[in-house]
Amino acid sequence: MLEYDFMRTAFAASGVAAVLAGTVGFFLVLRGQTFAGHALSHVGFTGATGAVLFGLSPLAGLVGFTVVAGVGMGLFGEKLAERDVAIGMVLSLALGLGLLFLHFYTSAATQATALLFGNVLGVDPGALLTLAILAAASLIALGALGRPLVFASLQSELAEARGVPLRFVSAAFLAIVAIATSECAQIVGILLVFTLMVGPAAAAANLTTRLGAAIALSAGLALAEAWGGLTLAYYTDWPTSFWITALSGMVFFGAAGFRRFA
Amino acid sequence: MTALRFDNATIRLGRRDILAAASFAIRDGEFVGMLGANGAGKTTLMRAALGLIPPAQGEVFVLGQPARRGNPGIGYMPQNRDSAASLRLTGWDVVASAALGRRFGFVRLDKATRSEVDRALDLVGARDLARQPLSEMSGGESQRLMLSQALLGRPKLLLLDEPLISLDPAHQRTVVEIARKLCDDLGLAVLFSAHELNPLVNAIDRVLYLGGGSAVIGPVEEVVTGPVLSRLYGTEIEVVRVQNRYFVMAGGVEVERDAHLHEHDHRHSRSPSHHDHGASA
Repeated sequence: MLEYDFMRTAFAASGVAAVLAGTVGFFLVLRGQTFAGHALSHVGFTGATGAVLFGLSPLAGLVGFTVVAGVGMGLFGEKLAERDVAIGMVLSLALGLGLLFLHFYTSAATQATALLFGNVLGVDPGALLTLAILAAASLIALGALGRPLVFASLQSELAEARGVPLRFVSAAFLAIVAIATSECAQIVGILLVFTLMVGPAAAAANLTTRLGAAIALSAGLALAEAWGGLTLAYYTDWPTSFWITALSGMVFFGAAGFRRFA
Repeated sequence: MTALRFDNATIRLGRRDILAAASFAIRDGEFVGMLGANGAGKTTLMRAALGLIPPAQGEVFVLGQPARRGNPGIGYMPQNRDSAASLRLTGWDVVASAALGRRFGFVRLDKATRSEVDRALDLVGARDLARQPLSEMSGGESQRLMLSQALLGRPKLLLLDEPLISLDPAHQRTVVEIARKLCDDLGLAVLFSAHELNPLVNAIDRVLYLGGGSAVIGPVEEVVTGPVLSRLYGTEIEVVRVQNRYFVMAGGVEVERDAHLHEHDHRHSRSPSHHDHGASA
């Protein structure tokens, strides 16, 4: 299957997005902000459809909108990120607006499906380069933010007392989450970003108790699920996103079972 | 030099004066128990010492310097310790996260930091314990780990916010003994807040009592008396002393015990996982 250009591009794109999602996702789980990540992806839907409507690239709209929303969420403080109702409302509003933009855009149906459920086979080499650069920049930023982020996530009060700038950390982290969700949306779609952002991280947290190992495992699992899904899709001709969600679900429930019985 | 000094300090939260022109000082190497009703401002006082709440009037000095945020001379153990408690990370990793947590950039866990973490764990006798995930520890065990984090960076003043909450009497005694030992062996000044005086009464040097915006510091037998507490609580208080135990009564009801039970229930309803599992330490 690797003799086809589009398959090689798809493997590269899903690999890049999965490693980023697995790494960032671990911190999202650590901070208990998974729902905020989900909401960001829905905001991205508005951004992407809006961008298409105005003749821009959907990826630009996706990244731009989610990053602004992520930074905003972070600056409003930790409290907002925990407000499920407010986030849920923003989420519906964003999807609704996205629907409106699609309504104005003529060839809506295929575009909508691609955005909502992903279209990894449609990633072109130009987009791949963008994904790779964004992912590299995000991982570097995450690395630089890493220690204060872990401290603030585990013990925010102590971190505050020790002089860690909580708001800055939170906003910077959610900007990174925004980029990771945008990348995931390219692979599995806006509705399914959970499958790569949260699934592998939550499974990793069940399999190891060491911080470094958990982050590496989370990235590794995400990569395996993405590539496994792509391979299975190639041989079955079923949608890639379905296979990735299936593998992610299996790994997550398997890990939960392992923790219970091991 | 004094470890902590409030000089005519008014600490305001919103429109309420938690402390109104309060003055008191904690000496170097002194173990002070801080008591007062719920909402009397025990946590607020610590946050003021940490530089998180600037005084509206007057001044707060820590180790001779005006209070400022991120002061490495202070070791702090906050009251809310729930977020970390449910995690399946080892205690060691959680303590190490606090050791490196102030530094941005690509920071490696170097040898010096490792030995600093191990030293802090040794001081509370939790080196072996720290290999376990925090989520599998009892309340008393995780408390010891949280206490060890406060010792990172070798502070001279320890602020311990309600370390005895939701612990059974045996674990309470252990925590108080560790605090006393840290005070004696390392010469640390310790400010230890609590709902009940009795678990602390034999260990502390002096007591700091808060109430009605005032703070009174002194030996237990001088501060925990009917007249002083009546003034702080703003109501008629009677202190009954049986051997070395104190019972603070208002209208025939024991004041502190009620406050304590209230907080207890509240805490448990929020985090059922945080129960103390009894004698497993």
